Amino acid sequence: MNNSTSARRAITQKIGFGVITLVAALTALLILLLLGYILVQGLPAINWEFITAFPRDGMRAGGILPAIVGTFYLTLGTAIVAVPLGLGAAIYLSEYASDNRWTRLIRLAIVNLSGIPSVVYGLFGLGLFVLFLHFGTSILAGSLTLSIMTLPVIISTAEEALRAIPQSFRVVSISLGATRWQTIRRIILPQALPGILTGIILGLERAAGETAPILFTVAAFFLPRLPHSPLDATMALPYHLFVISTQVPGMPVKIQYGTALVLLAFVLSMNLTATVIRSRARARRQW
Amino acid sequence: MDKIIVDHLFISYSDGTESLRDITLKVPAHAITVLFGPAGGGKSTFLRVLNRLNDLADVTLVSGKVLIDGINILDPKIDVNALRRQVGMVFARPVVLPMSIRGNLTYGLEIAGERRPAVLHEAVERSLRLAALWEEVQDRLDEPAIALSGGQQQRLCLARSLALQPEIILLDEPTSGLDPISTGKVEATLQELKKDYTIILVPHSVQQAARVSDYAGFFLQGELVEWAPGKAIFTKPTDKRTEDYVEGRFG
Repeated sequence: MNNSTSARRAITQKIGFGVITLVAALTALLILLLLGYILVQGLPAINWEFITAFPRDGMRAGGILPAIVGTFYLTLGTAIVAVPLGLGAAIYLSEYASDNRWTRLIRLAIVNLSGIPSVVYGLFGLGLFVLFLHFGTSILAGSLTLSIMTLPVIISTAEEALRAIPQSFRVVSISLGATRWQTIRRIILPQALPGILTGIILGLERAAGETAPILFTVAAFFLPRLPHSPLDATMALPYHLFVISTQVPGMPVKIQYGTALVLLAFVLSMNLTATVIRSRARARRQW
Repeated sequence: MDKIIVDHLFISYSDGTESLRDITLKVPAHAITVLFGPAGGGKSTFLRVLNRLNDLADVTLVSGKVLIDGINILDPKIDVNALRRQVGMVFARPVVLPMSIRGNLTYGLEIAGERRPAVLHEAVERSLRLAALWEEVQDRLDEPAIALSGGQQQRLCLARSLALQPEIILLDEPTSGLDPISTGKVEATLQELKKDYTIILVPHSVQQAARVSDYAGFFLQGELVEWAPGKAIFTKPTDKRTEDYVEGRFG
């Protein structure tokens, strides 16, 4: 190779790296821009009253407590339903199922489930839970709908976490007289837990932020009281944001952005928890 | 006394290829029986028959019997978990479980339902002494097992099997990843252990086979070509194939 080709290649490489760096920086910039904009617009609305009081003046003043509480309950309800189901499915797929037509069908279903638009989940929830099962527009119906939507995320991340545990641990444990289930409970699950928790949190985070699935199944336009039972309807942050951004004339901008900021803080704090769990587990890993 | 009697054993993979062909063999108690031969000859598969670890793999029994103390362990009705406590196994690569040194040693007993701290503690010390590891780790039993050196990890794996007080110990190339000094320690330990245990070893070289064997069998392509007591097989093999292998004409 002569000198001019290698020089040309060096330049090409520099340009290539430059472009890639630029694209990466642009992505980071976009996120920062979005966060910054919402922060600047919304921060003036944030005060004690805003997060602890009920809305007043046709939601143009006061706080957003019912929406915060509603989103909390919905996330909790989704966790109660989706975590055991998702974890159970993941354990089955990773530890018990053999690779045959039946399990391939299950996997195909899971992949397709995650591709369904969220509004379709909403409509399905309306048909099945609200109308057919007579749960009405309620936290129960909303949580169930959000659970179905969240399941694929939880199943696939949990299965991945379980599969990441070295096969040799399973063989050794079995060779010491353990049953499969003892092996799962005492070795596999504890080791996979950080990865599983990350998946659960990422799934719930999506559930907390979705509007379409709760639109027909639980969300109230305006409800001046907190829900008392799982069969009550409730306000929720994403839907409330939609309502005050499009349905109420004369809405102060800072209330809109303040609500967005609270929702964002809710979701990002979950994200942060997941990151902390993951990095701590990585530091303590014994294999 | 024969601890294990293998009678016309045939094993296949689930795709139909034969793995072991007509193995008949008696393994004496309180001795080291060495199974050697080129890779892919069925030695590991044979070991994994004895603790039914092949149940996890795509391996099917075609026919034959394996008796341990007169009981056919291939019978689907036997308690495989109890069998695996009776027949311990050490693998080629040391695999310590992701827990403390102590945790590794008590794992099998706890799984079997043992909860008494005194019993567990006694088992930890006894098994570590047997594996010649006690002096080195007695002050750091609660540290992660992964912090031990490779040689120590492998002796911990041996101790972990011994903690269950098995009768038979299977070792599948246990020193293949170890330096000569660690290998020497493991071999010396085995010589001690054979007084109380029945040991079956797949060695990582013919030299090791010749060093440690009381009885030796030569496996080639799924067949037990030759089996003989003592070191005769290494000096005066009767089968031409054994002779070729022992003398290094193929590997």
